[in-house]
Amino acid sequence: MTGGEEKYAIVRLFHVYRSYGPKNALVDITLDIYKNEFLFISGPSGAGKTTLLKLLYIAEPVSDGQILVDGMNLSRIPRKKIPFLRRNFGIVFQDYKLIPTKTVYENVSLVLEAKGQKQRMIQKKVNSVLRTVGMEQRLNALPPSLSGGEQQRVAIARAVVGDPKIILADEPTGSLDTESAGFIFNLLKGFHTRGTTVVIATHDRELIRKSGGRVVNLNAGRLIETSDI
Amino acid sequence: MRLYLKRAIQDIRQNRFLNAVTIITIALSILIVSSFALFFINTSDLMNTWREGVRIMVYLMPATPAAEIPGLQKKMLGMYGVHEVRFISRDDALKQLRGQMRRQSALLENLKENPLPDGFEVRMIDASRNWEKIEKLAVQIEDLPQVEEVEYGRKWLGRFTNIFNLFTLAGYGLGALFFVAAVFFVANTIRLVLYTRRDEIEIMRLVGAEDQFIKIPFYIEGIIQGALGGIIGLLLLFIVFLAISSNVAQDFTAGPFQIRFLPLHILFSIISSSMIVGWLGCLVSLKQFLKP
Ligand SMILES: Nc1ncnc2c1ncn2[C@@H]1O[C@H](COP(=O)(O)OP(=O)(O)OP(=O)(O)O)[C@@H](O)[C@H]1O
Ligand SMILES: [Mg+2]
Repeated sequence: MTGGEEKYAIVRLFHVYRSYGPKNALVDITLDIYKNEFLFISGPSGAGKTTLLKLLYIAEPVSDGQILVDGMNLSRIPRKKIPFLRRNFGIVFQDYKLIPTKTVYENVSLVLEAKGQKQRMIQKKVNSVLRTVGMEQRLNALPPSLSGGEQQRVAIARAVVGDPKIILADEPTGSLDTESAGFIFNLLKGFHTRGTTVVIATHDRELIRKSGGRVVNLNAGRLIETSDI
Repeated sequence: MRLYLKRAIQDIRQNRFLNAVTIITIALSILIVSSFALFFINTSDLMNTWREGVRIMVYLMPATPAAEIPGLQKKMLGMYGVHEVRFISRDDALKQLRGQMRRQSALLENLKENPLPDGFEVRMIDASRNWEKIEKLAVQIEDLPQVEEVEYGRKWLGRFTNIFNLFTLAGYGLGALFFVAAVFFVANTIRLVLYTRRDEIEIMRLVGAEDQFIKIPFYIEGIIQGALGGIIGLLLLFIVFLAISSNVAQDFTAGPFQIRFLPLHILFSIISSSMIVGWLGCLVSLKQFLKP
């Protein structure tokens, strides 16, 4: 832990490596992510931002090193328990990953159905979250018929509907115009204010400058600096 | 559960063609296997009616003294599996023969002397009306010193039993074969369905769905396919049965024998095994597909 204050490191990486064959996507990353912080992981394209996030929810294994999430050592988690680990995270994927054959409502409700919640609860929760992201008019739309900004909002709704401890947002404003980007960003800020840890991977320096928070810089898979703005 | 059922039905709707192909394949397999069952059931009915009529005719040596008849009868009654022993004197036998050959009775009129021997008609208890037991009993009776000859439907019944057993064996073999083939077909469709939905499955896993949650709708899908295939196959068989029975019935109904459709409990077990086929097909392809 850094500083003298009482901060709980909800995610800890120790000398983490990730390589694809001879290519090193991540090299010797040691990093703590604190509970309730608003953290940027920045760096140019190909720096390893997405890879870093993927390691956290075990979409990919580490090549070396250790990761702890809320005290659990990821290398010790049995395969059957991985879904439960993933429920700690609300993930906004760089490519949205909405299911094109399911409606907006179904895409979001899926998360709660997978958790086995009651239909009445699900309905209430999904409607409320879709209202928060401003998609309550498009419940029955299919994702391909939505604009990029709208898809991103649905993706965020799906990420937060299960009340995750940590939101991982990969380029949440990447391909959006300034106005949509601002809306999305304010949404994420809002969830942070309400007590969720938010991690945003982005190469958008403008966004980082506007928002403030801790910034972790990646370059060619290496952690080059950590700075508070 | 309702949620899973809903997802399964949604899935079937979205993959109508694949599902239709699988259901038809299952239906055809069921049709073939169950027509064997139908044949088997009616043949064994027929054999049972024949068996009920089975008896052993015992012919005595010409010089057997009448005093030995009651003792002989008692001895045979004491043998295992014997239900009834009826004495038929040579005179009765001749009378019977005359009755049967009324038109040609002229032939018999010329007989100076009754050529027929005294005899017994031996009937077996139900449990002993199977082939080996009859044969054993016949040998036992033949060993009695007063007995000249023993007669029973040896040749044709024996041969028929053998053919019947062969058919039964072939039926089981074919049943097993079609079972495996049907499982394979279901596994293949489900694999194709899984393949077209691999992105969706991956997304579900990433948002924290357990394998069970992903698998259950596919199991339901397989079971529904199996049930529909089974029902359609049996319906087809019933149509074939109606067509055939209206023709064949007249030839056979002379006796106490009636051609009939598969009994309810067999229909149920055919549909159940068809559902098991669907479920197994899913199991096979899901096992392969949901590996990490
Ligand atoms: N599955 C993979 N196989 C091979 N190489 C990969 C794979 N995934 C990522 N890489 C490589 O690892 C490096 C880091 O990729 P990553 O996607 O993490 O970058 P990024 O920082 O998210 O970039 P961007 O800003 O473009 O999204 C890149 O050089 C990429 O080519
Ligand atoms: Mg990326």
